[in-house]
Amino acid sequence: MPTYVVPSKCQGCMECVTICPSDIMHIDPTQGKAYNIEPSFCWECFSCVKACPEGAIDVRGYSDFAPLHHRVVPTRTDEKIQWRIESRSGLVKEFTFPLRTTPWGSIPAPQEAPVPPAGAIREELLSFEPDYLAVEALPTLKRPAAPGA
Amino acid sequence: MESGHSSTVHVVDSDILIIGGGFGGCGAAYEARYWGRDLKIVLVDKAAIERSGAVAQGLSAINCYMGMRWNENTPEDFVRYVRNDLMGLSREDLVYDVARHVDSTVHLFEEWGLPFFKDAQTGKYVREGRWQVMIHGESYKPIIAEAARKASTEVVERVMVTHLLPDARDPNRVAGAVGINVRDGSYYVFRAKAVIVAAAGASHIYRPRSAGEGAGRTWYPPWATGSAYALLIGMGAEMTQMENRLVVTRFKDGYGPVGAWFLLLKAVATNAAGEEFEKSRLPELRQRVGPYADAKPMPTCLRNHLMLQEIREGKGPILLHTERVLDTPEKEEIGWEDFLNMTVGQVVTWAAQGTDPSKVPSELILSEPYVMGSHAVCAGAWTSGPADVAPPEYQWGYNRMTTVQGLFGAGDTVGGSAHKFSSGSFTEGRLAGKAAVAFVRDHADAPPQADDARVDGLRGLLYRPLETYAAGRGQVTAGTVNPSYLLPVDGLYRLEKTMDEYAGGVGADYTTNEYLLVRALENLAALRADLALIAAPDLHQLQRAWELEHRLWTAETVVRHTLFRKETRWPGYYYRADFPHVDDTNWRCFVNSRFVPSTGAWEIHRRTYTPIL
Ligand SMILES: Cc1cc2nc3c(=O)[nH]c(=O)nc-3n(C[C@H](O)[C@H](O)[C@H](O)COP(=O)(O)OP(=O)(O)OC[C@H]3O[C@@H](n4cnc5c(N)ncnc54)[C@H](O)[C@@H]3O)c2cc1C
Ligand code: SF4
Ligand code: SF4
Repeated sequence: MPTYVVPSKCQGCMECVTICPSDIMHIDPTQGKAYNIEPSFCWECFSCVKACPEGAIDVRGYSDFAPLHHRVVPTRTDEKIQWRIESRSGLVKEFTFPLRTTPWGSIPAPQEAPVPPAGAIREELLSFEPDYLAVEALPTLKRPAAPGA
Repeated sequence: MESGHSSTVHVVDSDILIIGGGFGGCGAAYEARYWGRDLKIVLVDKAAIERSGAVAQGLSAINCYMGMRWNENTPEDFVRYVRNDLMGLSREDLVYDVARHVDSTVHLFEEWGLPFFKDAQTGKYVREGRWQVMIHGESYKPIIAEAARKASTEVVERVMVTHLLPDARDPNRVAGAVGINVRDGSYYVFRAKAVIVAAAGASHIYRPRSAGEGAGRTWYPPWATGSAYALLIGMGAEMTQMENRLVVTRFKDGYGPVGAWFLLLKAVATNAAGEEFEKSRLPELRQRVGPYADAKPMPTCLRNHLMLQEIREGKGPILLHTERVLDTPEKEEIGWEDFLNMTVGQVVTWAAQGTDPSKVPSELILSEPYVMGSHAVCAGAWTSGPADVAPPEYQWGYNRMTTVQGLFGAGDTVGGSAHKFSSGSFTEGRLAGKAAVAFVRDHADAPPQADDARVDGLRGLLYRPLETYAAGRGQVTAGTVNPSYLLPVDGLYRLEKTMDEYAGGVGADYTTNEYLLVRALENLAALRADLALIAAPDLHQLQRAWELEHRLWTAETVVRHTLFRKETRWPGYYYRADFPHVDDTNWRCFVNSRFVPSTGAWEIHRRTYTPIL
């Protein structure tokens, strides 16, 4: 269906509705629970699956090329994501990957940096350059001669 | 609000409006704030920026990184690489500019908390290929969105931007944009002194290989609807290289990318008989493209071409021998993580089909075409280049400003500069963000003003599909077939079919000719007429209606450019059967077009290619 929602788990909290980049997770007004309104516009990006606090959303591969009997289940915390893959053949794989090396919310806003000198807006350097290039200076080239010159 | 136009209007004033909070847009917000501390910077996106755009599910590699600090590559090396990969045609000033700044972007990402693979001995980033570095990138998008959110004065989400607004006195200057909030139906009017468009390339211009549910598993996401192009074209901005559309080699059905497999794991591809075929096909290739056949590395389109030739001769499928390289647990983990971090659908496909990649090879396929400007292609807007490097004919003021005053682009929006990928798109956003601050400061005493009548007129137009539905629905019993209107999905199928059959899609083996292209334009004109009768039963479908309109603008421009360029410059991306060869004498130049808003006419012409090295 690509994504589908298990009715007994869904609390209608709207997290999936808020996050879906395709705007296809909607709440069914009769049941108050989420469902995928347009499966052929689902990228199987798993954004909604990762965001659902109840683990209510699952993915069933695209019907035009994916046989039944498989599951791919992520469990995402602030630090890591775990994947459990159950193949139609019986093969089971599990992987865990890190997400981030710093606490969420810790990125310094650019406006916290010292105000750049007034004339710098006319130069080619971007914020924190050349320091963040980790080379001495921003490379440049001699402007090519005009054709025929 | 299910019909009639919206009663609620939100007017949002800003100094700089950024449309699209993907990699280009987030970079623009960050940099604009650094230089414009006192400015009002508004970022608008049709989705939620933590998971919007092409990087919604994450990525496994940063595909553009020089490594200047370790003397790995210079910007000049990158320019030569991109020139070569694009068959000799690039805006080298733009390419150089991305390359010389991109390392600072990548170092910022590391500081923000993006996990990189590092060599324990040297401390260097682990390379996937010459330009790519490996990351644990599941949270790539939420990390950069965090930085952009902090930099922006306001982030407006779930607003689909449909049109840019010209200045009432100078139609070649931008004054803002309008859009629809797809949650409550309210009408958004953004008034801005400068606008940066970073609203991504396009999938579903061409009919996808998969039908039914699988239509969602395009390689570029289904929500990439060509807004980056349509918004600009409608304003009269000059476009370049729109015929240079992308076909990618991917794992069949799941569309898992091949980069890590070829470059890092060193897997080989063979035909069904197990033969490596590239070398044996070189003589034919030399005849077709001349010296480009021996370019190193082989240009992306030519590698596609060789696979296609093999398939055409019935020697397919092309098999990627994953089973020969997944010989250690570490390599197995790299292979699976590659997909879990950026194309989970490929893992779902393996699981569903019972594929164990360490035991059997996987089929590769050539995708349907996409229109974009940040990968191994460079469709997009013609923009001004950096002051110190751009040849004079490529420089008319502010870096990354289009031919419309105050209108900037980044990422897929900007044409002529391929191979930016995520890091380069963010970098280009930073360049545009800084330049937009300079533009706003320089024009402080003459702000643009949108025409009220136009703002009102668009308000009527934007909601018309809801009215069309309400008026026509009762004409039939149940069901979707109606003689008085088309639903957005009907229009989309029509667009895809025309582009597929007439403009060189999968169904036509990527091949077209003048007659077919002229027919394509006729079909698209008829579709445009029918778009006046597009009907939307709800706000979600109203968004789809405007996405279709954006796709149609993109498609029409692609066809016009393809018709104008009388050669086959990029075999493997598309073939002009009536001009099957590369023709450097006449066509080593850019094809540029402009839709003239005041008359509805199109201008199309050549622009000189000037190398910078
Ligand atoms: C499967 C896949 C794999 C990739 N692999 C890699 C890789 O390994 N390494 C790498 O570096 N790059 C990779 N890329 C490329 C990279 O993702 C893109 O180059 C980059 O995201 C382009 O940036 P952008 O800002 O132009 O577009 P995006 O990042 O897509 O952002 C566009 C934004 O605009 C918004 N938007 C669109 N239309 C509208 C509208 N009308 N109104 C309001 N908002 C709108 C969207 O919601 C989105 O937020 C990959 C891409 C894909 C799809
Ligand atoms: S996020 Fe989960 S629980 Fe919340 S509405 Fe969606 S499916 Fe239901
Ligand atoms: S998998 Fe992605 S596209 Fe599909 S419903 Fe979930 S969030 Fe939307």
